[in-house]
Amino acid sequence: MEESKNNNKVKKSMSIHARRAIAYVVLILVTFLCLFWFYVLFVNATRSNGELQKGFSWVPSTHLIENFKNLSAGTLPIWSGLKNSVIVSGLSAILSVYFSAMTAYAIHAYDFKLKRFAYPFILMIMMIPTQVTALGFVKLVKNISLDDSLIPLICTTIAAPVTFFYMKQYMDSSLPMSLVEAARMDGCGELKTFNRIVMPIMKPALAVQGIFTFVSSWNNYFVPALVLQSDDKKTLPILLAQLRSADWLKFDMGQVYMMIAFSIFPVIVVYLFLSRYIVQGVALGSVKE
Amino acid sequence: MRKAQTMKRVLAGLAAATLAVTGLAGCSDDSSSTTSTDDSEVTEEGKVLNIYCWNEEFKSRLTDHYADYEEVDSTTGTIGDVTVVWNITPSDDNAYQDNLDATLLEQADADDDDKIDIFLVEADYALKYVDTDYTMSVSDLGLTDDELSEQYQYTKDVMTDSDGVLKGVSWQACPGVLFYNREIALEVLGTDDPDEVQAYVSDWDTFNETAATLKEAGYTITSTVNDTYRVYSNNVTSKWVEDGEINIDDNIVAWVEDSKALVDAGYTGTSDLWSDDWSAGFYGNVFCYFGPAWLVNFSMAADTEGSVGYEGNWGACEGPQGFYWGGTWICAATGTDNETLVADIMRTLTCDADVMTEIVEDDDDFVNNQSAMEALADSDYSSDILGGQNPLSMYCANAESIDLSNTSIYDQGCTEEFQAAMKNYFEGNATYEEALDLFYTAIQEKYPELTVPEE
Amino acid sequence: MKTKRRGKVVRYNKWGYIFLIPFTAAFVIFQLIPLITTIYNSFFENYMSGLNQIGPTFVGLDNYVTLFSSGDIWTYAKNTMIMWVMCFIPQIVLSLLLGSWFSDVQLRLRGSRFFKAVIYLPNLIMASAFAMLFFTLFSDNGPINSLLMQIGFIDEPYKFLSHTWSARGLIAFMNCLMWFGNTTILLMAGMMGIDTSLFEAAQVDGANSRQVFWRITMPLLRPILVYVMITSLIGGLQLFDVPQILTNGTGAPMRSTMTLIMYLNKHLYSKNYGMAGALSVVLFIISAILSLIVFRMVGSDSRKEAKKWKKAKTTTK
Repeated sequence: MEESKNNNKVKKSMSIHARRAIAYVVLILVTFLCLFWFYVLFVNATRSNGELQKGFSWVPSTHLIENFKNLSAGTLPIWSGLKNSVIVSGLSAILSVYFSAMTAYAIHAYDFKLKRFAYPFILMIMMIPTQVTALGFVKLVKNISLDDSLIPLICTTIAAPVTFFYMKQYMDSSLPMSLVEAARMDGCGELKTFNRIVMPIMKPALAVQGIFTFVSSWNNYFVPALVLQSDDKKTLPILLAQLRSADWLKFDMGQVYMMIAFSIFPVIVVYLFLSRYIVQGVALGSVKE
Repeated sequence: MRKAQTMKRVLAGLAAATLAVTGLAGCSDDSSSTTSTDDSEVTEEGKVLNIYCWNEEFKSRLTDHYADYEEVDSTTGTIGDVTVVWNITPSDDNAYQDNLDATLLEQADADDDDKIDIFLVEADYALKYVDTDYTMSVSDLGLTDDELSEQYQYTKDVMTDSDGVLKGVSWQACPGVLFYNREIALEVLGTDDPDEVQAYVSDWDTFNETAATLKEAGYTITSTVNDTYRVYSNNVTSKWVEDGEINIDDNIVAWVEDSKALVDAGYTGTSDLWSDDWSAGFYGNVFCYFGPAWLVNFSMAADTEGSVGYEGNWGACEGPQGFYWGGTWICAATGTDNETLVADIMRTLTCDADVMTEIVEDDDDFVNNQSAMEALADSDYSSDILGGQNPLSMYCANAESIDLSNTSIYDQGCTEEFQAAMKNYFEGNATYEEALDLFYTAIQEKYPELTVPEE
Repeated sequence: MKTKRRGKVVRYNKWGYIFLIPFTAAFVIFQLIPLITTIYNSFFENYMSGLNQIGPTFVGLDNYVTLFSSGDIWTYAKNTMIMWVMCFIPQIVLSLLLGSWFSDVQLRLRGSRFFKAVIYLPNLIMASAFAMLFFTLFSDNGPINSLLMQIGFIDEPYKFLSHTWSARGLIAFMNCLMWFGNTTILLMAGMMGIDTSLFEAAQVDGANSRQVFWRITMPLLRPILVYVMITSLIGGLQLFDVPQILTNGTGAPMRSTMTLIMYLNKHLYSKNYGMAGALSVVLFIISAILSLIVFRMVGSDSRKEAKKWKKAKTTTK
């Protein structure tokens, strides 16, 4: 009896060990697959145009600083591009998560006549491919003379059905109405309840969607390329594309890779900052019933 | 850049020596260069000059070679009291043309200061703009045939609409030649002399026979089938579209047949231009590339140790047929309120022999001025990358032989889709008929108004 | 008492409308107007030939007839689904696996914070930049080919993008790599939202990790899972940038990697609003039907299930 129990224990811990081993192997493999690209990118950013044409190399070369000097000395306004990208992506992320959470809260917490209609309707819009409306969107922007402006790029994100859907799902699993009711009992106003009670609970969801929106807006090329024209309004992906269509005299793959590295670096910083929320799990604790 | 600088110095010296020649043959620039600043009619013209383009090339030409241009910042400048506004949209994903089209379509209703005054085009899609009322006739701007007489005919062919009216001009010409690897030539053909090598590539049949010889020695004749495409397609006798029906010229068919044979025999590859596989031959193992001067000078890794160009091991010969690659043309947009200024910019950059010689000196461009280039061709100019050879007379000869009267507004789309479709045939993923059907499908998606020829 | 309460509820509920205002306003301006034009346009012949506008001429359902008569649309739909499945299955398995490992208290993985942070990094690289790296690595003379040749796996370079299945595989692989971190984070965020006392209670009851995962995590994760499934499905149907860039828009070889949106993009080149509109409407209908099926399959009883667990938990307490 005693023995078999022991056996069981051994088996159990064995299996834990085995599982842990498998987990580590998989994780290391996955980590390699994730970080490998950054290494290749770094290597390429250190190589000159001629070396890049020569073919692939595992070993970094010596042109890193030279490439950066060429890039920043060139005519492309990379610093204002950086600023514009930060403005567009930052505001998009903030507006998108805030208003999506608000919309989701409206559907989640209230009962109103149009609710039955509103929810499936928003889900339906989610299914419309974004490419379809892009050209119509550009036309519209020109008609209301907001072309060559960052505003239309930012304001569209207020209506982000995918983010909304996530918020709604998250509320379904993690936002008990009892909390809201308790706040109401305390005489808390609706907007205040939303801002003070609901938003903190939603933090992990906000961080997650905040990052997603930030990154996709940061990497967005097609629509901004059609909307933005003057150099001081352009975002980094447009400048990158401009660098790639440089004329033969100025074409330099080393600079292109340096530009890619330059564009990615800030996102990594933002990500590492926001990922704390995801990794640490701030949500725990506030949701207890 | 070591070699390029050497060449620059050589060219600079030569250019100074040839000033007299080109000055005589050039246009009469005495009336033009002063008009823009103090003529009374100029004051009635607009105060904003809007220029649409996709990269910085034209901007740097204007900054460096148009005396009155003062740069303010990266997207604005001034010429006298006119503000120059640069509108640069990258060509990726067709963004440049999309943006240009949208603005041109509203040109008539736009405020004078918002109207496009100048826009730039490439040859592949030039006719899309040239064959419309959105571009102004160059002669309406005041440029005479006499002034334009030094420009290479093909640069004018590209910009001539279906009524024979010239709608745009260029400061550069990009005639191409065949660059062969001297070491390989010496090893396999027993000579690296341009005239003798030319005998092995003088027409396509000989060229293809040489490919077999090279294969036996372990080399490929070209890096990819796409290397020769431009040479065939510049020498067609009919247009891509005739009377609204898609038409495949015999020379294009010849390209497909020749290429398929080369690929099947392992004499060449199927990679895209500018891919890593394509540029691998800059370091050996590929017998030849087709291109204009800028390709060998700036794009074939001549400044990288170990490359064929660095060792001065390229040679140049005319190859099977003349062709060109690259080039940017200046168009004046209808409705511009700066006609005089636009005309003066065109005149200065594309007719003024002094300025054009300056462009050769400073930027190593092959300028669109026959006497200037021929004078250089006759000089003792030599290219280190080409092992001391002077290739300019070949460029000049090829530039004169190019005939681009068979262009259509569909060229860019047809070229892209045809190469993409035929790649399937070359790689054995489809028969010729299947690949051709794919091409027709793709073209009708791009240009719904076109019809497919009946079998 | 009763009337007072109802009054209060009504008073609260007007806030439902108020909270919807920003979304609705932005939506109407920036999406609804272009959308209505899209549908409207699908009944017209309307495109650009060079700089000349052709149409708009009302043609009824002609665009739809053209769309279906060639039969190409089904090929592209098939391609899209194949590549989606090739990408989604490994992605969801990997994400669930990683998610469950990270949330498994018994496993006590070291450095899990690092791993959690790392998995999303590939998504930070622009698709176009990513594709450039892929081209370099998988080119004929590239490192992957020379590696395979060195170990004697192949004799001559394998053209990865010239064979149907390797091209599809590469697209699926790249897409999976770019998005699995995203999915894992979504699932983890969902898992973190689960009351930890549930896990503790389960552990006290002697449940093993598998039981905890299937009995507690999965059911409570359902809303998020539904989200992941549906958004991935929609994302899959809208698969575009990776194959577009990797095949240079050609869907090579022989359009076996051409997706529906790439097809749509072809029509947008000529500003063919008619055909593009018709294709969008069809896409929209397909998405709606598929999403409905997924919803029915996994979503319907999610809240009931979760509530059951919460109830079960309180009763055991």
